[in-house]
Amino acid sequence: MLHLRVAEPMRECEYSQISTRSSTPMETPYKKRIPKRRKWQAFPGRNKFYCNGRIMMARQTGVFYLTLVLILVTSGLFFAFDCPFLSMQITPAIPVIGGVLFVFVLGTLFRTSFSDPGVLPRATPDEAADLERQIDVANGSSSGYRPPPRTREVVINGQTVKLKYCFTCKIFRPPRASHCSLCDNCVERFDHHCPWVGNCVGKRNYRFFYMFILSLSFLTIFIFAFVITHVILRSHRYGFLNTLKDSPASVLEVVVCFFSVWSIVGLSGFHTYLISSNQTTNEDIKGSWSSKRGKGNYNPYSYGNIFTNCCAALCGPLPPSLIDRRGFVQLDTPQPITPTNGITMYGSTQSQSHMAAATPLLQSEPVILTDEAFLPGRTSLGGPCSGALPLGGHPTPPTSTPNLSCDNDMLPLRNEQSDGLRHHHTDGGHHHFLTPEEAPSPPGMLPCGSPLGHSHTIQGFYNPASQDSLHEDSVRGLVKLSSV
Amino acid sequence: MFHNLQELRQSPSLATKVFIQRDYSEGTVCRFQIKFPSELGSRIERTLFEDTVKTLNTYYAEAEKVGGQSYMEGCLACATAYFIFLCMETRYEKVLKKISGYIQEQNEKIYAPRGLLLTDPVERGMRVIEVSVFEDRGSSGSSPSSNVSSGISQR
Repeated sequence: MLHLRVAEPMRECEYSQISTRSSTPMETPYKKRIPKRRKWQAFPGRNKFYCNGRIMMARQTGVFYLTLVLILVTSGLFFAFDCPFLSMQITPAIPVIGGVLFVFVLGTLFRTSFSDPGVLPRATPDEAADLERQIDVANGSSSGYRPPPRTREVVINGQTVKLKYCFTCKIFRPPRASHCSLCDNCVERFDHHCPWVGNCVGKRNYRFFYMFILSLSFLTIFIFAFVITHVILRSHRYGFLNTLKDSPASVLEVVVCFFSVWSIVGLSGFHTYLISSNQTTNEDIKGSWSSKRGKGNYNPYSYGNIFTNCCAALCGPLPPSLIDRRGFVQLDTPQPITPTNGITMYGSTQSQSHMAAATPLLQSEPVILTDEAFLPGRTSLGGPCSGALPLGGHPTPPTSTPNLSCDNDMLPLRNEQSDGLRHHHTDGGHHHFLTPEEAPSPPGMLPCGSPLGHSHTIQGFYNPASQDSLHEDSVRGLVKLSSV
Repeated sequence: MFHNLQELRQSPSLATKVFIQRDYSEGTVCRFQIKFPSELGSRIERTLFEDTVKTLNTYYAEAEKVGGQSYMEGCLACATAYFIFLCMETRYEKVLKKISGYIQEQNEKIYAPRGLLLTDPVERGMRVIEVSVFEDRGSSGSSPSSNVSSGISQR
């Protein structure tokens, strides 16, 4: 009898699942029709996943390929053209050290670009309902108009910190978390969104990012110094013009390294400052803990001394990913019919109509990727977020995609108002960039900031046509850049 | 009255879910509020519940401790260009496994007999401890049973 009681609800459960999913009368209620899907396939953010969920990147990865190409080409030319001469004339340790640096740079780059930056999974419907209830109780009854931005205050180490409610993720963001509009995720300890690494930089990959830009600084200076040495030594023997004829690659390397050094070394310096004061780029730009805000304003997260701050940031424990990309979606939670890549809210039957519009795009994305033929699934591009491109030309063409600028730190300020509208985060008028007054301490160095005066718009719509054209534009933009 | 997890699974009749939120008063470290929710008032003793939450907080503090072992792990990882993470489990992950085991044990011994079920916070993005409150057996089986299996399944 107990057996019967167990079987009945189960059967009813399956039958009702099938009736919501399918309209064909041919299906029998006893077959399990839902294929097992991994959670990354139902991920609601705007991320791309590769290698069956092992690799996670932002939507636009064009600039990342550029960074990878720059690093590979410059280093390759160095090893091919300059190292033979240098190892014979000076010491064979030069290519060895260069090789170690090169491997380190690539390793940290891949780590930064491929890993989960610390994305906070969105609230389950029960949680969201519970929070709404609490907020309604706190605010009193809402009367149709939109209630004021939801915040909670918490005192951390004597400093009052406001926790903001994220309308997209339906959670109160933990302190230091921020919502990245490009990836449409809340990220813990959000630093910035870096198009050069093709990912957000947050709690889980900040140390990789820092080691990447640090090692890249060393590599760039190393290559620059030794290419100059090579050219000088060779010129003494064979003359300058002959040297240029014998080793034309050296000129290219010098040019690339010269322009890279300023941005990358500057960025390393800036992030060293941030680490030693335990701040994020986001906080520094907003001046959250600056003494200009008030007399009693200080950073409650700082450990007090530089050494501890550095150790905590670089050698602290590494929390695991919270989004469990390779786990399987629970079959008992109702799933929407349309196969999507990252649009549905997992665990919920609500499917946003505007999200559905993006389905065709996301389904076609893998096709686009393979066409690019740059992605064996292991590539991770992401140059450092630098205010100027290494090539030194005009940073981005006007048609380039919005995410070529790390301007996301501005958006959380407007998230309260824009989150309700969801997909109209900014328009051209709202979008303000770092002005020189707001720029952080390192003089003139914008951390992954968009070049001042560069204008572009973020289109927050889930419009497949416009997204496609944006993608095309970014590829076109890259072609333009690389031809400089 | 439920006597074990099996019975809970077979006759799910979820009444409500109670969420224990994070306590950010000590910064961004993972800590849950030890406030005893009123909805659980009749179902479980306050001390038992608070002990569970306090133990969880201790575990999380251990995982996030910035000290000798984490420095060693960090330096070793850096020296190998972080390739070592491909084959090694971090300390945090080990502690999370311990926490899963602890929650499973607490569910079996304390919560299931009282018609409650704890969900591992890691399955809720470390935002909340979700406590599912079940009604006594006899109600219809049409209420969502999603939480039962998700609460029990281990990652």
